[in-house]
Amino acid sequence: MVEPLLTVAGVIKRFGGIAASDGVDLAIAAGECHAVIGPNGAGKTTLIAEISGELLPDAGRIVFDGADITHGPAPRRARAGLARSFQVTCLIPSFTALENAMLAIQARQGHSFRFWRAARADPSLKEPAMEVLARVGLGGRAKVPVGALAHGEQRALEIGLALALEPRLLLLDEPMAGMGPVDAARMIELLDGLKGSVAMLLVEHDMDAVFRLADRISVLVYGKVIASGRPEEVRADAEVKRAYLGEAA
Amino acid sequence: MRVSAIDRPRIAVFALFGLLALVPVYSGLFDQPFYLTLFARVMIFALAAVSLDLVLGFGGMVSFGHAAYLGVGAYAVGILAYHGVDSVPIRWGVAILASAAVALFIGAVSLRTSGMYFIMITLAFAQMLFYLAVSLKAYGGDDGLPIARRGTIGPIDLNNGTQLYYLILILLAATLTLAHRVVGSRFGRALEGAKWNERRAIALGIAPYRYRLVAFVISGTVCGLAGALLATLTSFVSPSYMAWTRSGEVIVMVVLGGMATLTGPIIGAVVLLVLEEILATLTIHWMLILGPILILVVLFARRGLWGWIAGDRHG
Repeated sequence: MVEPLLTVAGVIKRFGGIAASDGVDLAIAAGECHAVIGPNGAGKTTLIAEISGELLPDAGRIVFDGADITHGPAPRRARAGLARSFQVTCLIPSFTALENAMLAIQARQGHSFRFWRAARADPSLKEPAMEVLARVGLGGRAKVPVGALAHGEQRALEIGLALALEPRLLLLDEPMAGMGPVDAARMIELLDGLKGSVAMLLVEHDMDAVFRLADRISVLVYGKVIASGRPEEVRADAEVKRAYLGEAA
Repeated sequence: MRVSAIDRPRIAVFALFGLLALVPVYSGLFDQPFYLTLFARVMIFALAAVSLDLVLGFGGMVSFGHAAYLGVGAYAVGILAYHGVDSVPIRWGVAILASAAVALFIGAVSLRTSGMYFIMITLAFAQMLFYLAVSLKAYGGDDGLPIARRGTIGPIDLNNGTQLYYLILILLAATLTLAHRVVGSRFGRALEGAKWNERRAIALGIAPYRYRLVAFVISGTVCGLAGALLATLTSFVSPSYMAWTRSGEVIVMVVLGGMATLTGPIIGAVVLLVLEEILATLTIHWMLILGPILILVVLFARRGLWGWIAGDRHG
């Protein structure tokens, strides 16, 4: 078997008496779209935070591309090819969409200890940043300050910033959060277009999106993966129905 | 006539430096050497304020201890002069290196914290240096240390007030230019991005600590140069250069002039020190007048005086 791109093994994270991750095991292959679903409070966002490095697990191992990153600093993980989008939009509010994307491009190109050349006019930042914006449907909104973008546009930019890093694994924390049906459909289309080119860990409540996009699904309940498999297998799993799908339907 | 939004800041900067360049002419014509010294001092504090704006305005780091670097720069000059080192390049060079080293140490420790803790720890370091200076009996302790000669740099005789004045003006202009390059560079963008949204910066792979520390060291170094110039101008150093009220004054200059504007802090220094001078001749309670003015500016001019002069770019 091919070594998975990301392996999460026995990860535990406790907040006081509550185990947000209670021995999570997960493996994501290169190029795979792997959805993690589960009820509120199941530990989905905690899991993303542990993989991206915002939180350090109490126990367990996280291996990305053959390297143990369990305790590595978050910026280094980002540079190694792990990019994330946030559940609550997390952009640089006073920058324009283009400036946000240019900062991401600049981060991808290596360290920013360059003190002289004007960054705003640098075509080696501007051109790839414009490409990224076009890819997420914001080509015409480049000069708009992020604060003035519509919610759906901000969500798209979230994905754009992650894509700008040219990651090998995208950690998507509820990309459809708070979206109307039109924006959600657009987002599904965008993510569908990315399938195969980049591996994705998709945390999402929108079951239409999950069953349409995911190659595999893991169900997380109270910090434990209770089922994992192909969408039709998970859909048929009795325990999953009881724990989650039944309750949502 | 409407001046376009792009031209206004440029015109204002040229006007500002034009007026500053004319001060020695005015002071010579009307035989008022006092103005020459006053505005030389204003420009030195402007230099300190620009340096603080780099960390405060662009990095979001509220250093409440920038007087420390003024003091380190000044004491480097004073102590070298005391030991008979007359070479100004050596005096100023040591001042710059010493303040850079101190800023590196203070920054490396302080930047482990943020918010209120950062403010307090930078203040604490500055106070430690203040009391260190007080305890240096060999170098005058509380009374300070006079400097016998200002010295010369090549053809420039610093004992000549006008020559020293123009040298300070050139250094201020050069620093402002450099600072503009730095904040507009990739480094500046990373620093500013981390100020607005640290979480996002980290997710992009930017480790804020390193950028903040480098900015802090650049800032401390420039401020140390300002301290060396202050010691040269006054031919004197004393612990009062490092008083915490002095750190507060530099913050006021930045906020009054406009944070994250670079030129604003220069205006802030001019306005604060000139107002102080004028109001102090009227009443000893001049702070009673200055205080409300500061409050009004902070309340009504979002980007300080500079936002008002140059037009608020961000609307």
